[in-house]
Amino acid sequence: MTAKLIHQARWNEPVVMEMGVAGRRGVVFPQPETDAAALIPAGMRRRTKPALPEMTEHDVLRHYLHLSQQVLGMMGVSLFGTCTMKYNPRLSEALGLRPQMAEIHPLQPAASIQGLLEIVHNFDLILRELSGMDQFVFQAAGGADAAYTHTCVTRGYFAAKGELEQRNEIITSIQAHPCNPATAATAGFKVVTLMLEENGYPSIDALKAALSPRTAALMINNPDDMGVYNPQIREWTALVKQAGGLAFYDHANFNGVMGRIRARELGFDACMFMLHKTFGGPKGGGGPAVGAYGCSAELAPFLPKPLVVKNSDGSYGLDDDRPQSVGKVREFLGNLHIVMRAYAWARAMGADGIKEAADLAVLANNYMEKKLLAIPGVARSNPEAKTWRMEMTRYGLGPLKEETGLGVVEVGNRMTDYGIDAPWLSHEPWVVPEPFTPEAGELWSKEDIDLWCEVLAKVCDEARQDPELVRTAPHNAPIGRVDSEAPEDPARWATTWRAYQRKHAATRARAAE
Amino acid sequence: MQRLGVIVNPIAGMGGRVGLKGTDGPAILARARELGAEPVSGARAARALAELRRLGPAVLAAPGSMGEQACAAAGLACEVVETGEATGAAATRAAARAMLGGGVDLLIFAGGDGTARDVLAEVGTQLPILGIPTGVKMHSAVFAQNPAAAGRVAAAFLEGRAATQEAEVMDLDEDALRQGRVSARLHGVARVPQERALMQAGKSGAAIPDEAALEALARRMVTEMQPGRLYLLGCGTTMRRIKRALGFAGTLMGVDVALDGRLLAADVTEAQILRLLDQAPATAILGVTGGQGFLLGRGNQQFSPAVLRRLGRENLVVVAGQQKLAALDPACLHVDTGEAALDAELAGYIAIRTAPDRSAMLRIAA
Amino acid sequence: MTIAHPWMANSVPAIKQAMLREIGAPSIEALFEQIPAEHRTAHDFALPPALRSEPELRRHMLSLLRKNTSCEENLSFLGAGIWQHHVPAICDEIAGRSEFLTSVWGTAMSDHGRNQAWFEFASQLGELVACDFVGLPVYSWGCAAGNAVRLASRLNGRRRVLVPEWMDPERLAVIRQYCEPEGMPNRIAVELVAQRAADGLIDLDDLRTKLNDGVTAVYFENPGFLGIIETQGAEIARLAHAAGAEVIVGVDPISLGVLAPPPDYGADIVVGTTQTLGAHMSAGGGAGGFIASRDEERYAREYPTLNISITTTRNPGEHGFALSLSHQSSYGMREQGKDWTGNSVYLTAIANAVYMSLMGPEGFAELGELVLARSHDAARRLDAIPGVSVRWKSGFFREFVVDFSATGRSVAQVNAALLKRGIFGGKDLSADIPALGQCALFAVTEVHAPEDIARLATTLEEILR
Repeated sequence: MTAKLIHQARWNEPVVMEMGVAGRRGVVFPQPETDAAALIPAGMRRRTKPALPEMTEHDVLRHYLHLSQQVLGMMGVSLFGTCTMKYNPRLSEALGLRPQMAEIHPLQPAASIQGLLEIVHNFDLILRELSGMDQFVFQAAGGADAAYTHTCVTRGYFAAKGELEQRNEIITSIQAHPCNPATAATAGFKVVTLMLEENGYPSIDALKAALSPRTAALMINNPDDMGVYNPQIREWTALVKQAGGLAFYDHANFNGVMGRIRARELGFDACMFMLHKTFGGPKGGGGPAVGAYGCSAELAPFLPKPLVVKNSDGSYGLDDDRPQSVGKVREFLGNLHIVMRAYAWARAMGADGIKEAADLAVLANNYMEKKLLAIPGVARSNPEAKTWRMEMTRYGLGPLKEETGLGVVEVGNRMTDYGIDAPWLSHEPWVVPEPFTPEAGELWSKEDIDLWCEVLAKVCDEARQDPELVRTAPHNAPIGRVDSEAPEDPARWATTWRAYQRKHAATRARAAE
Repeated sequence: MQRLGVIVNPIAGMGGRVGLKGTDGPAILARARELGAEPVSGARAARALAELRRLGPAVLAAPGSMGEQACAAAGLACEVVETGEATGAAATRAAARAMLGGGVDLLIFAGGDGTARDVLAEVGTQLPILGIPTGVKMHSAVFAQNPAAAGRVAAAFLEGRAATQEAEVMDLDEDALRQGRVSARLHGVARVPQERALMQAGKSGAAIPDEAALEALARRMVTEMQPGRLYLLGCGTTMRRIKRALGFAGTLMGVDVALDGRLLAADVTEAQILRLLDQAPATAILGVTGGQGFLLGRGNQQFSPAVLRRLGRENLVVVAGQQKLAALDPACLHVDTGEAALDAELAGYIAIRTAPDRSAMLRIAA
Repeated sequence: MTIAHPWMANSVPAIKQAMLREIGAPSIEALFEQIPAEHRTAHDFALPPALRSEPELRRHMLSLLRKNTSCEENLSFLGAGIWQHHVPAICDEIAGRSEFLTSVWGTAMSDHGRNQAWFEFASQLGELVACDFVGLPVYSWGCAAGNAVRLASRLNGRRRVLVPEWMDPERLAVIRQYCEPEGMPNRIAVELVAQRAADGLIDLDDLRTKLNDGVTAVYFENPGFLGIIETQGAEIARLAHAAGAEVIVGVDPISLGVLAPPPDYGADIVVGTTQTLGAHMSAGGGAGGFIASRDEERYAREYPTLNISITTTRNPGEHGFALSLSHQSSYGMREQGKDWTGNSVYLTAIANAVYMSLMGPEGFAELGELVLARSHDAARRLDAIPGVSVRWKSGFFREFVVDFSATGRSVAQVNAALLKRGIFGGKDLSADIPALGQCALFAVTEVHAPEDIARLATTLEEILR
């Protein structure tokens, strides 16, 4: 493979609000049998029609096809770290559109959705086996929502013990995904943050200093996004337990450890898996997703309800009679169409396949690390660590920026000109200058990884030879580099076309002259 | 067109290479020259200014080695300001004055803490300033990480891509330093361009969240203060937020004491604190100096060993923004009370308050 | 294993060996050196056998899915939070495009098409709800309402919210969760405002009693949980505003081709569902919610959503689309952010955009009228059945309450009998709102033809005979 320039589709597609002609129709409906006009209560009739486009079905189709073609992502090579880019089996997409999945109403009688409940229950069993937890629930609509679920369960658990007012602190680390502190804060807890120390993770002494009778929970990931595994994690969970708190495992980075460890055996009381990443569900630009939340039998009474259960007669049902339940974090049972996809993925992989995926993810990361560190201008987080990394590593283009003034944003933009979508950088706060975090996982081939590294090397070289070329990138994208200042300016931001028309009327009038 | 002022302290940094802890004053400079020190500041300034070439800003420079030459080396045309017969610090101040009068939008200077102090003394917060780090001592928060970064931040500011924020200008007492004692003090606050950190998701501008969090925290802390208890409020901008939340302007560079929601004593000395401690229980609230992460012994020597022993570690409350803490490398704090034994007693983990209901655990290094 | 897995490119043994050689590692196992031995699980993972081949997997999955029977094979009158509306075929075509399906976060340029589609989602929804500021979707209507109440509380610092007594219990449970339970210092107390038995509308006297300067917001819905169109919106808003409270209105935008958008009667913040705009029910997986308001800075700066703004590019005259106000989210500010932001239902938003483009102003008007007509036709027909009565005979949209109390049968009995005949009856309300007796909530939409309504009626007559 050699780095070659590509060109993304460029359709010059107007905003849909500018399209269409009065009178055209994209969809029509049968005429009602009775006159509806009299059925609208006085004063509640809409007076002005919404200013929506009037387009034919064909024109709507073409418009959105054009838009779809202007998305690079996995059409090229996207090693988007922390998101675990996987193949999303299209068989599952086809299954998801079948009426036995798509046309199911969540309030249908249990007897009419036995297959779906069986899938949910059996997938629950698979996750229990992988984690050692006693019960999973799928109501949370994403990883962050599962973290929120944990904060809700924590409230319920301590309320039942009469300790809710006393235990008002949740401990997390500066490297934990922002959803951990953010959901803890939303749930009303005080947040205590542990900082990273020399070996790449917070010290056990910092944890000890943070623990107290006020501690409700620890919310932590492991390994972190730098590929560093905390070897003291069992001591951590034991200390949290001693202090009377709950230990929650944000298993966002499960891909490198699956098939080797179990959250419960490490002493965690609860954990979370993201089915839209580790278990092959599609990203969809950010959901519909599922944060599968699992916990110990001790916490299970507090889970959101209902739970899918297997009855003694072998049938499946919904258990809504759970007096200690914290209620709901979202309506109904969750994104069960994504649970279905995750179940299909897990069945296609099996225990051996899942372990092999972890093997390949860790192999790919270390292979990539060797290649990336050979590129002048690339640094690595925790440079002193000598061990092999887990499934991802955080790098930085600090040296390149020092040398050329061009950092990871400019480099990422230029990489897209070669068909490589810009990498994930880092969650806030940045602890590595000019960070980027690629993750190859088990999906991407050696050739893909080689190409990715080659493109990065090429762009770093361009940054030295022709910095203006990189600074003004991308050049082969659907549009030129956007102005990201206007969206931060109250006078100019516009999240809707109506706001844009109002705020930019003068500008547009000038342009029209 | 945007106007840029350029001042280079040509001798800044010369002391460092030859083991002197600064280059302040003609005697030290002569000693540095004797030891074979070479000027480094001009070349580093030119490196920074090269980043601005593509913008072609209107430049007002100090004469000769004080800016004009660096501009030429960087390929920037400039107009030269008059500084008369002045040399050294006086020349820096004269140039800064001229630039303030000349209507520049940003004053970029090459030097160290001493240069920063001189510039600050003239322009205060009337004009944004930015330091190209070329000195020996750089405890002030007005310096970019390196010369190229300084040039880029300046470019971003001139292009309207950077806001400004307050930054503390610190300087060590060089006499004390050469005698083996570290003693620093806060000389004031400057306005410094801050390139908005780029966020992943949209690569859109990110705000600096510490500001709002610390404002809210200051208000919260005021509501938490107990009647009859003394609150010793340390130096710096973070402490000033609490002072303002209490309703008084406060001493930026000194320790103020509050009691029952009012200012009891401003800019107190160690002796005054000790006398007050006889009268009521007390809590000391401290900020963290950026970059180095010092809690004690940098600009707040009023918190002497005697005061600290009277207070006890449990009555020290530390406040700092999370971004500031995250930028510490390594993530630990330092104390330098002048007594090694007390420093050792203070060592260990401490919860730093970062916002209302938020804290971070950091180690005070032994 | 000798056969490489189709989803794992490097599972070819020779490639693994080549990669190990390249990095100088003795084995794959050696790469896991960071995990201490005592952390590793002692026994094998007992998972069901792998179904590696697509034919096997498909056969297995179909064997499970075929145990379900859907609203397509049956005649369904279920609503109450998820509704069966027609999903135009091209919504599936576009939402299924691999480019959209697999997208994550590249740049505003590399993701241009997707970002534009998101902007078009917000723009079109903004037209329907008559709001200038629309965020990208949140998980569901209930979550949107919960977020909106918290947003209001951040704006005015107050800690009580008033909601209608007969709210959807699912949605109410979510709102309660977001408002925090008793025992939390920052809890927002959720208080119920009575609804009048006579017409199902909010009891303004009760509202007046409960409104004071501690109320952060008044929340009500149009149509409400029981299908009722709340006609006193302007008066509710006037009372709430006089008390300094925000007015949050929940809507199903599919009704807004015929019904007035909430800002017309004083709403400050509009929330609602996105599921009805081209998303399948998917057992609840179609759920999605939105938050919208006036484009005022004080509101915008409290949004917990991701937001996409139109902007310019370095090419003159060209539009681009970039994130707006992302620093105030938890991605930008961690625990200092506005609630939290994560994955949501962003792919559904693209289906929603396609749907709204297809519908246009006339489509929404026509659909609204059709739903009004058919649901009222159905209500009239059921009301004519001896012993069966429709609780509120007019003034509703899509859903209406059917009272079986006089039949001597419970809703559970009626629904069980309907189920045997291939009909999913309305949601049983007897446990949620005991005061109503044996009532069920029936939903009738454009998918119900006159013959479906006739079949429901005759089947009920037969069951109740």
